[in-house]
Amino acid sequence: MALLELERISAQYPGAAEPVLADISLSLGPQQLLVALGPSGSGKTSLLNLIAGFVAPSAGRITLDGKPVQGPGAERGVVFQDDALLPWQDVLSNVAFGLELAGVPRAQREQKAREMLALVDLAGFGSRRIWQLSGGQKQRVGLARALAADPRVLLMDEPFGALDAFTREQMQELLLQVWQRTAKPVFLITHDIEEAVFLATELVLLAPNPGQIVERLPLDFGQRYAAGESARAIKSDPRFIETREHVLARVFSQRSAATRQESA
Amino acid sequence: MSSLDVPLAEKAANPSAHRPTAARRSLSTRWISGLTLVSLLAVWWAVTAAEWIEPLFLPSPAAVLSKAWLLLTQGYMESTLWQHLGASLGRIGLALGAAIVSAIPIGIAIGNNRIARGILDPLIEFYRPIPPLAYLPLIVIWCGIGELSKVLLIYLAIFAPIAIATATGVRTVDPTKLRAAQSLGATRAQLIRHVILPSALPDILTGVRIGLGVGWSTLVAAELIAATSGLGFMVQSAAQFLVTDVVVLGILVIALIAFALEMSLRALQRKLVPWHGQSH
Repeated sequence: MALLELERISAQYPGAAEPVLADISLSLGPQQLLVALGPSGSGKTSLLNLIAGFVAPSAGRITLDGKPVQGPGAERGVVFQDDALLPWQDVLSNVAFGLELAGVPRAQREQKAREMLALVDLAGFGSRRIWQLSGGQKQRVGLARALAADPRVLLMDEPFGALDAFTREQMQELLLQVWQRTAKPVFLITHDIEEAVFLATELVLLAPNPGQIVERLPLDFGQRYAAGESARAIKSDPRFIETREHVLARVFSQRSAATRQESA
Repeated sequence: MSSLDVPLAEKAANPSAHRPTAARRSLSTRWISGLTLVSLLAVWWAVTAAEWIEPLFLPSPAAVLSKAWLLLTQGYMESTLWQHLGASLGRIGLALGAAIVSAIPIGIAIGNNRIARGILDPLIEFYRPIPPLAYLPLIVIWCGIGELSKVLLIYLAIFAPIAIATATGVRTVDPTKLRAAQSLGATRAQLIRHVILPSALPDILTGVRIGLGVGWSTLVAAELIAATSGLGFMVQSAAQFLVTDVVVLGILVIALIAFALEMSLRALQRKLVPWHGQSH
């Protein structure tokens, strides 16, 4: 049973001649971690903004559990590239913010927020101020905040793009653990090929001008990690390397094709 | 006053970075400021003690001090110094309260809503550059010479900076924070309450600081022209009778109050918006 459904979505900025996205169809179901990979200009962020409801598609239909998506809502949690936390609240209040908006009583929402902080390995950080956190910690608070509102799906907009390489790998592993424990369907966009191959249960490769899907790959490396295999073992597996090289080749072939003229 | 501003501003700007050097430097800057004030007082005392200047033009510090005691206990022009001070502070407090209550919602409306901006922005920009004393006569014609016209004048002087600062703060709210709140289910009212207002608070407080500075100078000027109590009135009426020590005393009190207002607002700003200036 598909949860989130995109049917022949197109998007166009007002006044622009070329659409940013053309004819995108996707579905995101339970147990799925759908990764959209593409170079800048391929409409990744636009795609996420459409699903989140920040912008409306110019054509096509987006539904969540059969209901059309109209505007942003708590059933689609978003984790942003730059954390977007509220510095006037401490960590605990930030995580509990969605519940506060929903009118959940304080004791109850703080209880839930503490659980979510523990889930992202930040137990005991509740009373810290936002500016006292490192980049990776902020992203974890952002993840905990999105999860605390108990969304149906989790949307992640290049969540680890601004982090250093070490932190990024830790965060990828943490995401897989959280994804497995919470069983939330995740839609993640990235421009990092290794990240995409490692995390995705389904990898969607986007090409620019206009943004379109050029390849879909079902993958299982993330599930293998969730099943207990180590990240290093997976990333040095010849199959992983082969897949990564394949995706890399596709990205580069698109780029050279794009410089000559459309082929894909 | 501005010589005292420097060390405090410096201390606020880097509360933790390079603590030892900053502390030493700010201490020495304070020393310089303190020394400047002390030497100024010493020169004042010296020129009056040596009787180089007639007391009519510049009374000695001791004369001003003893006059201060007299004013506190017996009063001048039927009111004690406390009563003059109270009258001035009451006026500015009333005007400030009214300005905060009205300018912040209006600033939010200007920052948020195209139509509100279209209506209110030109009105505010039209009267803001006019010196308040230029439209005081009109206010006096309309509202008489009582308390209302003075409070109204100060209110108008404070209103514009707060409304403009609020609108700027609202317009520069980080769009990602708005989207984050929306994706957590925030309604329009919740966005204003939980995201827009706290985001704009540093700007609002800066607006209040500027407004209060403008308001205080306007108040004193208005009292110079039309009042029967207040610090400005005290200075003005003393000047007419060449009671120079009261004039000097009044000026010093006016400066001290302005300084105290500014410092307390800075303290408030540090307390209310500790995240301001932090890289987050």
